[in-house]
Amino acid sequence: MKKLGLIVNPIAGMGGRVALKGTDGREVVARARRMGAVPESPRRAIEALERLVGLRGQVEVVTYPQEMGEEEARRCGFEPQVIGSIRPGETTAEDTRRAAREMLALGVDLVLFAGGDGTARDIYDAVGEEVTVLGIPAGVKIHSAVYARNPRLAGDLAALYLQGKATVREAEVMDIDEEAFREGRVTARLYGYLRIPYQRRYVQGLKAGSSPGEESALQAIALAIIDGMEDDFLYVVGPGTSTRPIMQMLGLEYTLLGVDVVHKKQLVGKDLAEGQLLELLEGRRAKLIITPIGGQGYLFGRGNQQLSPRVIREVGKENIIVIATREKINSLRGQPFLVDTGDAEVDRMLSGYVRVLTGYDDWIMYRVTG
Amino acid sequence: MSTKLRRFHQARWDEPIIYELSTEGERGLLVSQVEEEIEKAVGDGLSEIPESMRRERPPNLPELSQAQVLRHYLRLSQETLGADLNVDIGQGTCTMKYSPKINEQLATSPKVAELHPLQDEGTVQGILEILYKMDLFLREISGLDQFSFQPGGGAQALLAIASIIRAYHRDRGEAHRDEIITTVFSHPSDAAAAAVAGFKVITLYPDEDGYPDIEALKEAVSERTAGLMITNPEDTGIFNPRIAEFTRIVHEAGGLCSYDQANANGILGITRAKEAGFDLCFFNLHKTFSSPHGCGGPSTGALGVTKELAKYLPVPLVEFDGGKYRLNYDRPHSIGKVRSFYGVVPVVLRSYAWVMSLGAEGLREVAEIAVLNNNYLLKKVLEIPGASAPYAPGKHRVEQVRYSFEGLAEETGVGTEDVQRRMFDFGVHYWTSHHPWVVPEPFTLEPTESYSKAELDEYIAILRQVVKEAYTDPEKVKNAPYNSVVHKIDHAALDDPSQWAVTWRAYLKKVKGR
Repeated sequence: MKKLGLIVNPIAGMGGRVALKGTDGREVVARARRMGAVPESPRRAIEALERLVGLRGQVEVVTYPQEMGEEEARRCGFEPQVIGSIRPGETTAEDTRRAAREMLALGVDLVLFAGGDGTARDIYDAVGEEVTVLGIPAGVKIHSAVYARNPRLAGDLAALYLQGKATVREAEVMDIDEEAFREGRVTARLYGYLRIPYQRRYVQGLKAGSSPGEESALQAIALAIIDGMEDDFLYVVGPGTSTRPIMQMLGLEYTLLGVDVVHKKQLVGKDLAEGQLLELLEGRRAKLIITPIGGQGYLFGRGNQQLSPRVIREVGKENIIVIATREKINSLRGQPFLVDTGDAEVDRMLSGYVRVLTGYDDWIMYRVTG
Repeated sequence: MSTKLRRFHQARWDEPIIYELSTEGERGLLVSQVEEEIEKAVGDGLSEIPESMRRERPPNLPELSQAQVLRHYLRLSQETLGADLNVDIGQGTCTMKYSPKINEQLATSPKVAELHPLQDEGTVQGILEILYKMDLFLREISGLDQFSFQPGGGAQALLAIASIIRAYHRDRGEAHRDEIITTVFSHPSDAAAAAVAGFKVITLYPDEDGYPDIEALKEAVSERTAGLMITNPEDTGIFNPRIAEFTRIVHEAGGLCSYDQANANGILGITRAKEAGFDLCFFNLHKTFSSPHGCGGPSTGALGVTKELAKYLPVPLVEFDGGKYRLNYDRPHSIGKVRSFYGVVPVVLRSYAWVMSLGAEGLREVAEIAVLNNNYLLKKVLEIPGASAPYAPGKHRVEQVRYSFEGLAEETGVGTEDVQRRMFDFGVHYWTSHHPWVVPEPFTLEPTESYSKAELDEYIAILRQVVKEAYTDPEKVKNAPYNSVVHKIDHAALDDPSQWAVTWRAYLKKVKGR
């Protein structure tokens, strides 16, 4: 029998209704409660679980006590195996981490968790990519791509995965500084990747055939980049799983969450900060290879702050190569790419249209807004 | 009167592959022994064939009696759906219209079927005349100057078009032009053919209103632009109203413009390639012009060009000197031969007969009825809960619509592929979309001019029933089909060539290890 781990972060999303932009930190939670905030995540978790009721009897639910999943599971008619212990009304990030670790140890097939960006970071800290997980969006503003678009879709995707009808892919966990966010500044970095279920959409009928998977599209993009490399250019490779195959194909060490630099197909800089990049770029011609953050569409300003306005100016707009698979483009649902470099003039320069490499000799034109 | 839902149940025969039915020595016809007297007079026949032309081993054909063959194919036919069997409006973009049976009789009459492609031109003047006149019809319909019937389908026509575009730039000393621009809602063969011909492909996405993004086009064109290869109306059924501006922008950048008119069913006699500024186009005679699709061919992508590009057309072209028709192979600039002999003659013949039976006004009426039917269907589909038609909200569509069941999927968990399998239970097709799925949970319907209001209502009633089930008993739809011959198929195998075979020989090699 398949095992589903369920973790509800009962305080996620409480800040939203009272405009507190997140609930990281005990004090903020208390403030939110005083302002009359009610928990969002239990309701959302139930919405997702309702889509799984068809699997009752085929799936065993493992969860944490009371408001961390037990109540939600029972509401939907499951008889969960309840593990661990909590202090009701005073759950913490450590509870989330402990729950995830214990579920990993119990060999669950999937951890379904309701929360926000902070919850995703806790899950990542606890289990990394050792188990497949999926987020039910319940946070104030979700920047991480590990969440389904809405709770019902999270339930549907979890059901498909538990029935063996979905594969897995890596998705971004973003680290947003909530303190700064509350003050109107967004500082985000790419925190890591979690393994989430992914449903490849096959197209029926001979007429359409089937398209190659995302993995082979990434390989094709990497090959195109490498074939096009010129000796008098430095290649600044931005973070992400989309750029990783370039480094892997070149047989180079790489920084998944950082910026590396390649020259003549050799590594000349690893995990560089803005200052180091500027030093390397001094008087050199360079191309910058970047990919938008999945689900969000940020090209600059989220997860790659090393690529500062000065770095972008140094490289020049014409030398920015944006890469993305068609799947990633489709996940944006027509929303343009976003840039938020912190420099309005650079944002303006980058706005308009950009060519995006989506395969070998395969490009699309895509809109960028500041 | 409310529309009746049929209690359809498809036949399921579990029929083996014909090679598996073979028994050594079994024959369809036993030819009687030649009388001694005759053999004495004319010889045994076989020894007349030169040694070098004789097979060493007989061909590996299945050996069956006539009755077995008949049963085999009738059973297979019962396990399919098709335009002669069901209300076939669910195969959007395919233009599944009625193909008059009289035209089939013409195409299979001995006068046509027994022609040999290597006959002397003097003895095939009739069929050459038909090819020539069909060219004249299409010139009138498109406004372009000359057509070739060589390509055996739409994608091959597109490959020929890409080859012409390449030859044109090469002859002008501009071989560096290596980029073709298309749109994401054009048929994917536009991009694919350009890629096969060696071009880089740049795809435009829709603007905020759902139209091809003209600002993106302006950014995409450059001194590298070789051409534009697009569909209009697009797969969404939306007609690009700025099409003349699109072709102007590409021309100003030095590129050529190709109009994918595989499906021209909504615009026959209403708009033409020429006035929209196109240099090349093609029509699928097996779509708009009523020849059957033949289950994937052979068919014809009738390829047309302007005077300036006519010298590049594939050989041979049919010419007429006022007295006699001839095949001209002597064309030094031609991109060459793209298919054997004349092309697929029966397809051209059926289309010729279809055009002759309708006349100019009839062709326009085809488009008008197809558009009317489509907009009736659009209105009815939008009344179904969970269904929508993304892009250009509130606007009419031309001959088809790419709909979305995203709302249904979110509300019930029943996706478009579930709906598709359930539709088969009622004996009708339902097609989703080309890849990638830009429209979420897509489905594409195209009613053509061939169906009555009652038939459209029947299809709608089925769709309505399936959606009703999705809201009341989603598991029922997810587990469909129940009455169809094929149950759920694991599509993962499509990506793994070791798991499929398209010939018996490949099957033996891959599956049986022989």
